[in-house]
Amino acid sequence: MRPIAVRKTKLLRGLVKILGACAVIGAGLGWFLTAPDPLDPAFGARLTADPEAGALVFAAGGCVSCHAAPGAEGDDKQVLAGGLAFASDFGTFYAPNISPDPNAGIGAWSLPGFARAVTRGVSPEGQHYYPAFPYAAYQHMQDQDVVNLFAYMQTLPADPTPSKAHDVGFPFNIRRSLGGWKLLFMKDEFVLSGNHSTEMTRGRYLAEGLAHCGECHTPRNALGGLDRSQWLAGAPNPSGKGRIPNITPGKLDWSESDLVAYFATGFTPDYDSAGGEMAEVVSNLAQLPQSDREAIAAYLKAVPAIP
Amino acid sequence: MKSLKKQTLVLGLSAALIATAGYAASHAAKSSNKAVAARHAQMQMIGYHTGVLGAIAKGEAEFDAATVKAAAGNLNALAKMDGSTLWLEGTAQGEVDGSRAKAEIWTDAAGFAAKFAALEKASMEMMNASDAAAVGAGMGGIGGACKACHETYRGPKN
Repeated sequence: MRPIAVRKTKLLRGLVKILGACAVIGAGLGWFLTAPDPLDPAFGARLTADPEAGALVFAAGGCVSCHAAPGAEGDDKQVLAGGLAFASDFGTFYAPNISPDPNAGIGAWSLPGFARAVTRGVSPEGQHYYPAFPYAAYQHMQDQDVVNLFAYMQTLPADPTPSKAHDVGFPFNIRRSLGGWKLLFMKDEFVLSGNHSTEMTRGRYLAEGLAHCGECHTPRNALGGLDRSQWLAGAPNPSGKGRIPNITPGKLDWSESDLVAYFATGFTPDYDSAGGEMAEVVSNLAQLPQSDREAIAAYLKAVPAIP
Repeated sequence: MKSLKKQTLVLGLSAALIATAGYAASHAAKSSNKAVAARHAQMQMIGYHTGVLGAIAKGEAEFDAATVKAAAGNLNALAKMDGSTLWLEGTAQGEVDGSRAKAEIWTDAAGFAAKFAALEKASMEMMNASDAAAVGAGMGGIGGACKACHETYRGPKN
């Protein structure tokens, strides 16, 4: 009897050791995999900033739509004091102050720090941002555009309003877990793959990158990742009633010139006007060159049709 | 006997009161519905004339100075309409079927009036457009006026 018991205990101890080792390796691997991307201190060192071009990147990126103070109109929209609330299944996020104020905003940031924040979703303190900030789209941003955008944003008015803390419960308040989210859902390849004409490539860059159309028009899974198989096929409206429409050729039958006119004026082909968040988007798109609006329209005609 | 008479009287009076209230309510509902329908007709007229201009801007229709002037002039007249007969209290979204009017129309009447004034101005400028490109440029102003108002004063689709 006794020797069997001893053997059993030994076996158990061995198992525990192996499991323990696995847990340590697993945790270590997890820690490694969820680590925020490092800073590239040399980012943009060889590029020259053009703030005027940055104004267009700023418009295409739609920064104002989220970061202006709620209800701001006219010139006040250039004051990126933040504060707008975004309700979600995970809690309520508040757009932070990204005005050039050195304390409340991003006035003390370096260009490499800004680049990492915008294209990698990592704060200067090395924390993951929540993907309410569309860095999964902005990761496509060309270096020159990042440099220009940063230069333009320095020219905007500073505002001392402190950023509001997000209201997010456990376990989503563990920032490290967002590393796992990025690993699963932050895909660096474009949805519309392959080589395309110059216009289409520009349209893809704008639609999938800067203008981040997919963030609202593509449905999300239970963890908040975009379902790329349903790209731009419409989704429930996170900010309340109704649905955000399907804008693939499977549903949207507007012509390219209808789309271009809509982006410039907000008029649908029936001469109704854009409403809700899309009205904000149109205000941004209207500032772009006509060729950019045409490029986005061409892209929308080329994405896979989903009924 | 006396008390029975009294009861009958009270009953009869109550019934009459209820009936009157009911009639008044249905009457009010009818005029509310009509006001909302009239507003929709106004919007449809605005949409129609904007469409005439939009077709020229998009190159789907030939530029014609007289047509532009007429369409823009009608838009101008529509923007100038006295809203006091149309935007009745109690006709907001949720109060009358089909209405998407936000409560802000009444709580911020000056802001609401300013949006119509913006359309009045944009349509006035459009009246003198001399070619299709100018119509296209003017569409930005008209679109901006429609959008600005809808953004603030129109509720989501029912």
